[in-house]
Amino acid sequence: MSGIGLELLALQLVTGVALGAIYVLLALGLSLIFGLLNVVNFAHGAFFMVGAYVGVFLFGLTGNFWVSLVLTPLGVGAIGLAVERVLLRPLYGRGIDYPLLLTFGLSYVFIETIRILFGLTGMRFPTPPELRGAVNIGIGFFPLYRLFLIGITAVIVFALWYFIERTRYGLIIRAGARDPEIVRVLGIDVSKIWLLVFGIGTGIAGLSGVLAAPLQGITPEMGVPVLAEAFVVTVVGGMGSLAGAVIAGLLVGIVVSMTSLFAPEMAKVSIFILMALVLLVRPRGLLGRAGALG
Amino acid sequence: MTSIDLTAPRDQPHWLDVASRYRVALTLAFLVIFPWITPYEALAVNILVLGLYALGFNLVFGYTGLLSFGHAAFLGTGAYGCGIAIVSYKIGWFGAILIGTASATLLGVVMGFLAIRTRGIYFAMVTLALSMCVYYAFYQMQSLTGGENGLRGVNLQTISVLGVSLPFINPTVKYYVILAFVAVAIWLFSRILASPFGAVLEAIRENEERARACGYDVARTKLVAFIISGAFCGLAGALNAIHLSIVPIETLHYTTSGQVVMMSLLGGMGTFFGPFVGAAAFLLIEDVLAMLTSHWQLFVGIIFIVFVLFFPRGIWGSLLQWAERK
Repeated sequence: MSGIGLELLALQLVTGVALGAIYVLLALGLSLIFGLLNVVNFAHGAFFMVGAYVGVFLFGLTGNFWVSLVLTPLGVGAIGLAVERVLLRPLYGRGIDYPLLLTFGLSYVFIETIRILFGLTGMRFPTPPELRGAVNIGIGFFPLYRLFLIGITAVIVFALWYFIERTRYGLIIRAGARDPEIVRVLGIDVSKIWLLVFGIGTGIAGLSGVLAAPLQGITPEMGVPVLAEAFVVTVVGGMGSLAGAVIAGLLVGIVVSMTSLFAPEMAKVSIFILMALVLLVRPRGLLGRAGALG
Repeated sequence: MTSIDLTAPRDQPHWLDVASRYRVALTLAFLVIFPWITPYEALAVNILVLGLYALGFNLVFGYTGLLSFGHAAFLGTGAYGCGIAIVSYKIGWFGAILIGTASATLLGVVMGFLAIRTRGIYFAMVTLALSMCVYYAFYQMQSLTGGENGLRGVNLQTISVLGVSLPFINPTVKYYVILAFVAVAIWLFSRILASPFGAVLEAIRENEERARACGYDVARTKLVAFIISGAFCGLAGALNAIHLSIVPIETLHYTTSGQVVMMSLLGGMGTFFGPFVGAAAFLLIEDVLAMLTSHWQLFVGIIFIVFVLFFPRGIWGSLLQWAERK
């Protein structure tokens, strides 16, 4: 171990946190949608991929990364709103498997539509010039873009927490997660909350897509493995728990970056082993509760 | 009936009930003549093998009400187990099929033990994640599995059955050899459904709390169902390996699990013959659409969504419902 210094370990840790930031955003969306709608969104990876493509498209159109960063989640969220309103709403009350199956079919439609619009081969998404290069963070030089990822994820997590815990709308959302019947009796249109939450969840998935694009390039299939990884994070953190999504996302990111350093051939398998361990010890996940937003 | 005929036996069984009693014989009779009505024999073998895959999947999804998104792991492990036995260890074809089936069964024990611990909707996510773990594990073991390129060279020119050498390369011979295995599997499957165990499965699907209150060990029953289902899918995988003479790595990917979910829903979940109808429908749709457009997956997705929204009973299930009303 003499070859690996403390600085390298610390840097790899920060790299893990940056990678975890994407997982956090994905799991937040999944968990939010599940906590309220009781829907496992199998199209979450596809929304992530659509986000990356919408981001590229808007970036090409406006030439401004920041405009694309703001408009992409709105655009993808709008697609999410339409999906909830038209396709998912007729399925509520027909068993929890049907929305899941529908979103699975939807992911095929999204992937193939993107192939038709943008072609089969992938594209590169250049890192915006303002965010290129590396900065010294005390333990060594670290890519600025990855720092930016950590920062923006922190902002989103805080904003979401504030919205859900401290605002009137958040109160309604939490009440709707706990007991939709009572909320309906109180004269609040629960279906509007569900619509909004699905829009927010898919919007965040779209945002994570455009944020991940400069790191890995974009292809129509990029969301396929991401869905499995997002599931691992959600299962580790606990379904429906937002705090769990944050902790598990960071944990999974760090595990991936550490195994890539010490045992690269295990990097892909490691997070699934982590999930198996968590399932053995705590089948509900680290912070999991049944149903309600934790 | 307008007048009441007192001489007629009371409760004359509906013809569907009679058909259901002879479901194994009827299914087999259909499968025996099946290659003569398909456009080409390789398609018939595909439908047969994937029908068995969907049949095994149906035990957990259709009869127990557990939605698994990890059954590709069983199809893939069965295929790799059989293929590796033939390619690397030069084991005979029959032994290789048994090895493939056994390895998938063993995987069912491990995956089931982990996945059954979670409840309800978690099950789909956990099985998907665990199957992806199997995918990456096989992907890494390149020397044995061929990694990214898949396992090649599972070639069987001739096979000997009880001392008689048969040209396995002939599609008709291949179909009937594989059908022999599928026939045993179908008979076994029917016996399992007809057993008290099968009744408990359906009780769990209808009302898990109630089954538990009746004193049944729900978790253990689900685990056993999951393992048996894995064994059937493993057999399908092993047969697929000798049929295709290659095992693509994609066999293990969760998109292959998605395919069997689609087939089950298209055919009709929880029906005995539905899986074969679903496999046939899925492969025919794929075949026809792929000829017309390279973007056939778009239409597969749309057809699936339409079934989820409007025909959740699937083709066979809707036909049965229509026949019952008559």
